[in-house]
Amino acid sequence: MSTIDPAGTKTYDTEVLIIGGGVTGTGIMRDLALRGFQCLLVERKDLNAGASGGNHGLLHSGGRYASSDAETAAECRMESDIIKRMAPECIDDCGGLFVAVEGDDPAFAERFPEHCAKAGIDCQSLSPQEARKREPQLSDTVFAAYVVPDASIDPFHITLGNVHHAQQLTDSTYLPHTEVIEFDIADGTIASALCRDLRSGESVRISAKQVVNASGAWARNIAQLAGCTDVDLLYVKGTLIVSNSRLCNGVVNRLRPPGDGDILVPGGTVSLLGTTSDKVDSLEGLRPTVDEVDHILNEGMPMLPVLRDTRFIRAFCGVRPLLQSSDAGMDGRKASRGFQLFDHEDQGLKNFTSLVGGKLTTYRLMAEKTGDLVTRRMGKKAPCKSASEPLPAGDSVRWTEPGYAPRFWYRRNDPTDAILCECEMVPRSAIDEIVETAPGAESHMTLRAIGLRSRVGKGTCQGSFCAARVSSYLYDSDVYSGVEGRDHMRDFLAERFKGLRPVLWGKQMPQMELAEAFHCGLLGLDFKKENGSGSSS
Amino acid sequence: MKRELRQYTTQVTVIGSGLAGFAASMFALDRGIQTAQIGNTGAVAYTTGYFDLLGGDGGEVIDDPWRGIEALRKTEPDHPLSRIDDKDIRTAFSKFTEALSALGLGYTQPGENNLMALLPGGIAKPTLSVPKTMLGGVEAASKGAQTLIVDFIGLQGFSAKEMVANLSSSWPGLGAETVAFPDMESGASVYVEVMARSLEVAENQKRLAKRIKAVLGDSKVVGLPAILGIHGSDVVHAQMEKLIGVPVFEIPTMPPAVPGIRLRELFEGTLPDKGLMLVPQHKANRIDLNEDGIIVNLEDSFGEIQIQSQAAILATGRFLSGGLAADRHGVRETLAGIPVSQPDNRNDWHNPDYFDAGGHPINRSGIEVDGCYRPLDANGNPASERLFAAGIVLAHQDWIRQRCGAGISFASAYKAVEAASKILEA
Repeated sequence: MSTIDPAGTKTYDTEVLIIGGGVTGTGIMRDLALRGFQCLLVERKDLNAGASGGNHGLLHSGGRYASSDAETAAECRMESDIIKRMAPECIDDCGGLFVAVEGDDPAFAERFPEHCAKAGIDCQSLSPQEARKREPQLSDTVFAAYVVPDASIDPFHITLGNVHHAQQLTDSTYLPHTEVIEFDIADGTIASALCRDLRSGESVRISAKQVVNASGAWARNIAQLAGCTDVDLLYVKGTLIVSNSRLCNGVVNRLRPPGDGDILVPGGTVSLLGTTSDKVDSLEGLRPTVDEVDHILNEGMPMLPVLRDTRFIRAFCGVRPLLQSSDAGMDGRKASRGFQLFDHEDQGLKNFTSLVGGKLTTYRLMAEKTGDLVTRRMGKKAPCKSASEPLPAGDSVRWTEPGYAPRFWYRRNDPTDAILCECEMVPRSAIDEIVETAPGAESHMTLRAIGLRSRVGKGTCQGSFCAARVSSYLYDSDVYSGVEGRDHMRDFLAERFKGLRPVLWGKQMPQMELAEAFHCGLLGLDFKKENGSGSSS
Repeated sequence: MKRELRQYTTQVTVIGSGLAGFAASMFALDRGIQTAQIGNTGAVAYTTGYFDLLGGDGGEVIDDPWRGIEALRKTEPDHPLSRIDDKDIRTAFSKFTEALSALGLGYTQPGENNLMALLPGGIAKPTLSVPKTMLGGVEAASKGAQTLIVDFIGLQGFSAKEMVANLSSSWPGLGAETVAFPDMESGASVYVEVMARSLEVAENQKRLAKRIKAVLGDSKVVGLPAILGIHGSDVVHAQMEKLIGVPVFEIPTMPPAVPGIRLRELFEGTLPDKGLMLVPQHKANRIDLNEDGIIVNLEDSFGEIQIQSQAAILATGRFLSGGLAADRHGVRETLAGIPVSQPDNRNDWHNPDYFDAGGHPINRSGIEVDGCYRPLDANGNPASERLFAAGIVLAHQDWIRQRCGAGISFASAYKAVEAASKILEA
C-alpha cells in the first residue's frame, strides 16, 4: 500500500514491479502472485492499450506457423491446449479451417498436413463440399481445406482476469495511467522507479526488489531508461476490421504463405478480418487508414466473397513488437514470432528483466519463463502454477464477453435495471459493478475505461448513444459531479471515430450522420468554447 | 388482396417528407398548386424541434445569422443560403413558423438574432426559432432565474443532475429533482413519447403537477424534458403552468424525441385537409420523364402507384433519409441518378479528428442546382426542366456543424416551388 514521503511523493513498496498492462504483464503479475509474490503493475495508459488490445483474438492452433516455423507452431499448439483448459470462459473453441482458393499454390496446400504433423497439430482434410457446408460463406473456388483446432480468445477478459486474480491472491496492485520516468539504480540494482500519474501529474515512487519490463512495443524504451542497450525490436503495424455480425462459425485462414487479409476470426457476435503488416518507425499516433481497409478487403474477398457486401463497424490497428533479425523481410512477416527473455546481467543489472516479442497465444508460457527467473532471483523456490490453476471467474471481469450482458439481464429479470447500451444490451447494474469493483476502477472512471471493461461502445452505433446514456447515469449515480462527463464523452467519441473513419460507407453513413447530428446538434460537443447557456451568454 | 396499378395525376409531386418536403408542400398549397407528397418521415423524429438558420462557423457560435449569411456570401458563395436573398429567406422562414403556429404548434417568429436554446447536456444551441413550449428555457437561462430541472425515474439519457452540473457555474440558481411519472413509478424504463401522450389526459396533468409542486421549493421556473403532449402541446403547456403555478419550459431529449413526432403528426394530420395528396411512409423507387411531365413510381402493400405531375421536387435528404448513398468508391444520389459533388477519394471524406472545427468534407457533398433549383447533370445542364431540388441534399453546406438545416430547407423549398410554379400549365 502507498504512503506519502516527507517530500510529498506518494510511495509504494512492493516485491515485484511490473511495467506494462498487456496480456504479458498481467500474465506475469498472476504467475508471480500464484507463487506468492506481491506485485505492483504500472501501465502508461490502461489495460491492453498496445498489441494485446490490437489483435484479432486468435488462439493459434499453430497451423499458421506450421510451414515456416515449426518451433513456434508446436509452442502455440501446447499453449493453446493449456489456455483452453485454464480459462475456458475466455475462449470460443470454435475450431478453424485452412482453405486454398483459386489462384493459391496447390503445392503449398498439399504440404500443409505434413507440416502440421511435424509440429504435432491435429489436422484433418475436408472436401471442398464439406468445407463449404461447415462455412457456407466460403468461395466456391475452394480446392483444398483442412480443419485445425484454432479458437478465439477474448484478450480483455484474460487481462482483467489476470489482474483480478493477482489482487485476490497477494493483494497485488494495478496502477493505470502511470508512466515510468526514471530508475534509481545503485550497485547494479534498481532500487526504485520514479513514475508520474498522468492524470493528476503527481509523482509516484515505487520501491521493488525485482523489476520486470513487459511493455511490449515500448520494451526498448523502458530498457534504455534502465541503461540497457541490448533490446532491439521491429515494429510492425497491423490493421483489422470488425464486421457488424458474425460471418463464419469458426476461424477461416487462407492456405498460403502468411499475407494480408488472410484470416477471419469470430469475436462472439462479430468477425474480425485481418491483417496488414507494415514496418513502422514510430509508435505514436498510429491509426487504421482507408487504404489499409480497402487492401485487406480486396485480399480477403477471393476467400470470402461475402466481404463485398458486409457491413463493417470499426477498424483498429496494433503494433506487433517483433524480435529484430536480419531476415525479417520488408513487411516483417518473416521476423520471429518467438520471444526472448533478457536478464540484462551483461548490462550490469541484477534485478531487471525484459520480456520481448512473442504472441497472445504463448503469453502464459512467456509469463512462466519470466516468473521462473524472478523467483530464482528472489532466492525462492516456488513452482509455476498457471498451467494447473484455472483462471477464476470474477463478477467484475466478465462484461467484455459478447452476449454475456443480455444473458445476465434476461436471467436477472429486473425491469428497473435499465439497458444503457442498446446495441450490446449493457444494463445499469453492469456499469455499477465495473465502477465499483473492476480491476483499475477509479473514482471518476472515464467512459473509455468503462468501455474497455465492458461491451459499451462495441456495437453497431459504436457508442454514439450509449456514451450519452452512460454519462447521464453516472451523473445520476453521483460518480460525475462537474463538467467532466462532457469531456469524457468527447474523448470517448473521438477515440471511437478513429476506428469508424476508414469504414464509413454503406449503412455506416446514415449511422454516422445520425451520430454527428446527435453529438453536435443535440449535445453541442463540437463548439470550441463551452457556451454554458447561463446568464453570462 | 388484388394488386393493381393505381395512377394519379397532380400538378407538383414533392418527394421526401422531412422539413424541406413539408415546407415545399405548404408553399405549393399556399400558391394554390395541386400537390402530392410521398416519402418516409423517419428523420424528422430526430430533430430537437429548434429551427436553425445559421448558428455555427468553425466551432464558433454565430449570434446574428443575417450577418453570418452576409459573411457566408463572401467565404462560401456556393452555399445554398448564400444564393438566396435575405428577403426570400425571411419570407420562407416566417411563412413556415406562422403556418405551424396557425395549425396549433406555436413557434417563435424568426428575429434578428439567434436565441441561445437549452440542450440536455448543458451546452446552448444558437437557433432562430423555438417551439413556444421551449422559449421559457431561453429566457430563464438569460436571466439566471431560480429554476428547477425535473427528470423522471426510469427515463434514460436525460439527467437533471447532469444539466445542473454542467450549467451551475454560469447559472447558480439551477436545481435538480427527480420525480416519478404518474403510473410509471416502478423504475422500469419510461419513454418520452408515451409520457407525452399520457399528458394529453387532464387527470394525468393534475397528478404530475402535484408531484412537481411537492419538490418545487423556492424555484420560480420549471424545466422538463419535452413531454408536454403530442397534439395540442401549447394547450398542455399552458395547463401545466396553471397547475404548477410557475412558468414551465421544455428541453429537447435524445432521439427519437417528442418535438419531431409533433411536427410529423401535425403535417400528416392537417395538410391533407388543405388539399395535399399525402402518401406517407413509402419511398419513391424511380422517376420517369415522359412527354406529359414526370412520373414518380412507388409501391405499397396493394401494389404499384404512379403519380403523374408537371413538376417534381426532390427533397430526399442525405444518407439518413436515403437521398444519398455511399459505397467504398463514392456517393450517389439514389432516385434520379443526379451526379453528386464530392471529394475525389474516400480518404478525404472525413478529417482525422471527429470534432474538427471545420467539419468533414463529405458533409458538403450533394447535388448541384441552377438558379431555378433544377439539379444539374454531368454536363452542368438541368437534368430536366421539370425536376427541382430542395433541402440538405444540396451541396456546399454542412447543416450539422453550421446549424443551418431548417433555414436551407425552408428557403430552398420556397425557391424551388417558386420556380416550379412557373412551368405549370394553367
